[in-house]
Amino acid sequence: MRGQSHDMVQLLTPEGELVSHDEFEFTGSTGDLVGYLRDMILARRFDAEATALQRHGELGLWTPLLGQEAAQVGSGHALRTQDVVFPSYREHAVAMVLGVPVTNLLALFRGSTGGDWERLETFKNYQIVIGCQALHATGYAMGIQLDGAVGNPDDDENAAVIVYHGDGAASQGDVNEAYVFAASYNAPVVFFCQNNQWAISEPIALQSRIPLFERASGFGFPGIQVDGNDVLAVKAVTDWALDRARRGEGPAFIEAFTYRMGAHTTSDDPTKYRASDDEEEWRGRDPILRLTRYLERIGAIDDAWLASVEDDAKEFGSQVRAVIPELQDITMDRLFETVYAEPTVALEAQRREYATYAAGEEA
Amino acid sequence: MSESLTMAKALNRGLRRALQADPKVLLAGEDIGKLGGVFRITEGLQAEFGENRVIDSPLAESGIIGTAVGLCMRGYRPVLEIQFDGFVFPGFAQIVTQVAKMNMRTGGQTPMPMVIRIPFGGGIGAVEHHSESPEAYFAHTPGLKVVSCSNPNDAYWMIQQAIQSDDPVVFLEPKRRYHVKDAVNFSAKPAPMHQAAITRYGTDATLICYGPMVKSCMDAAAVAADEGTSLEVVDLRTISPVDWVTVISSVRRTKRAIVVHEAPLTLGLGAELAAKLNEELFYVMESPVLRVAGYDMPYPPARVEGEYLPSVDRILDAVDRSLAY
Repeated sequence: MRGQSHDMVQLLTPEGELVSHDEFEFTGSTGDLVGYLRDMILARRFDAEATALQRHGELGLWTPLLGQEAAQVGSGHALRTQDVVFPSYREHAVAMVLGVPVTNLLALFRGSTGGDWERLETFKNYQIVIGCQALHATGYAMGIQLDGAVGNPDDDENAAVIVYHGDGAASQGDVNEAYVFAASYNAPVVFFCQNNQWAISEPIALQSRIPLFERASGFGFPGIQVDGNDVLAVKAVTDWALDRARRGEGPAFIEAFTYRMGAHTTSDDPTKYRASDDEEEWRGRDPILRLTRYLERIGAIDDAWLASVEDDAKEFGSQVRAVIPELQDITMDRLFETVYAEPTVALEAQRREYATYAAGEEA
Repeated sequence: MSESLTMAKALNRGLRRALQADPKVLLAGEDIGKLGGVFRITEGLQAEFGENRVIDSPLAESGIIGTAVGLCMRGYRPVLEIQFDGFVFPGFAQIVTQVAKMNMRTGGQTPMPMVIRIPFGGGIGAVEHHSESPEAYFAHTPGLKVVSCSNPNDAYWMIQQAIQSDDPVVFLEPKRRYHVKDAVNFSAKPAPMHQAAITRYGTDATLICYGPMVKSCMDAAAVAADEGTSLEVVDLRTISPVDWVTVISSVRRTKRAIVVHEAPLTLGLGAELAAKLNEELFYVMESPVLRVAGYDMPYPPARVEGEYLPSVDRILDAVDRSLAY
């Protein structure tokens, strides 16, 4: 596979076999893995429901995560309460792991709100412009360092930032500037690149002549490639990167080598730009399938467990559908109110003008 | 308590006072630490407040502004220096797509108390990209506030007011006036930042201006007075939001208005002022609002900038045309 390094960290093969690695090991319990599997199954269900909702005209757009469940669930579980996430626009499973209500995500893609969701202090709102959030994350991490919240003996006093971006974003100036600033100030930030091989229709070959993780050394911090479809390896590698950031050892770059099984968004058609045998190959690396195989073999789960999770997923799916009619559209009044933190006379005049017009329409 | 200072020194004093007043205030930008900035506005501040409060940045404008977004989210109040007006554009995307929109995007949960200082305008004989007037780009972007000081007293107070504001402020410093000296009153309570000032009262026409053009308009008004014409001069101080109450009440009295700015004519601030005055005072005015501005060309090479920039004579020509209606 082009761009896949022989150094890629993998702890669980596509066949569901555990493999050892010299530097990384999964330190969680089997119970944790059962939980991760459940998270991945529910995330996949949410994604399927949201895609269907878009097809029914209930969402303006959807950005499917299909295939990237392990990269997101594994990294999400490496976070602690004091850590902060800067997502792009596809990190639905990370949001779910952190307990961000899926209604917030649906409201954004429906156009009911602009992204003013719950838990904003630890999971920042989605970023549409490619790569902008890498700088925000780096600045936030600089702030953490200025606050003295890294390198303390009591690890509970330490924090780090994780920022998600894609392979396409690695071409953006802002992302490269973020790497420079992170290195210059030794900021406690982890760049988590989900290399899903495609930036809409543009392949990774168009973004980079070398594996992306190799770029990190040019900026002066470690980069590592991990099997993005292996939740054990993703968790282990993200633990390592976040721990060193919290200890004050600075930034790190993780390239989660994965694949976007679906479209970039519900607006594009992957059959126009990529070969189906690629998709077949990646289907064989499915993150849910491999963990299911492993957990079944060691007897941690069985058909009854899978059936009960399937029931939960169905129930969750119906809850997701039921959310749509409950979503409230933001009001013009609220928008006028939030353009500025401190209101202006000029905009207040426009608000009154709008109110008068709207009242006339109603009458 | 009052002291005569250049605008550059007044800004330096204002920044020092802001750093003293609030430990969350940080300065960041290229060359602002050891060098004190290319115009020395931050001179001595790193020595006094340390490298964590006055931060020398890598040479990356988008990086400076984008990281400041994160610092705001963490509770800091970053004050950024863009070295020259023409260098703000690499950071333009962060300003208009992120800084300006973050508060509304998050339902008011994420204000951006950031100040972006930009030495702006021409008249100093500089090379390309060092003499531009980009204010209309920012004023056209909801979510930003855009201000420009024209004298040392305003420079001292407005920079502090901008830093205290919870909204992002693009702070335009007229670089050709950096070395103009005037009294700074350290004790008198300043006017609100978004209030325009009538810097000269008159009865025949109103000159509306801001930043570097305030002095040009004051000079023009002095010459006109010798010729028997009484001009009122309104210093907007704030470009967005415009203090319409002061502007409209002045023109209601004088019945004539001339807008003066260095930025290119078309779709500049003069267009907005003319449109608004037309809407409000159509039956009051004796003549159409006229504009004296830069021409619709990229800023010219320095040897001919005197032909491009609004001069006292061009302003007085416009006054004559206005009075001839």
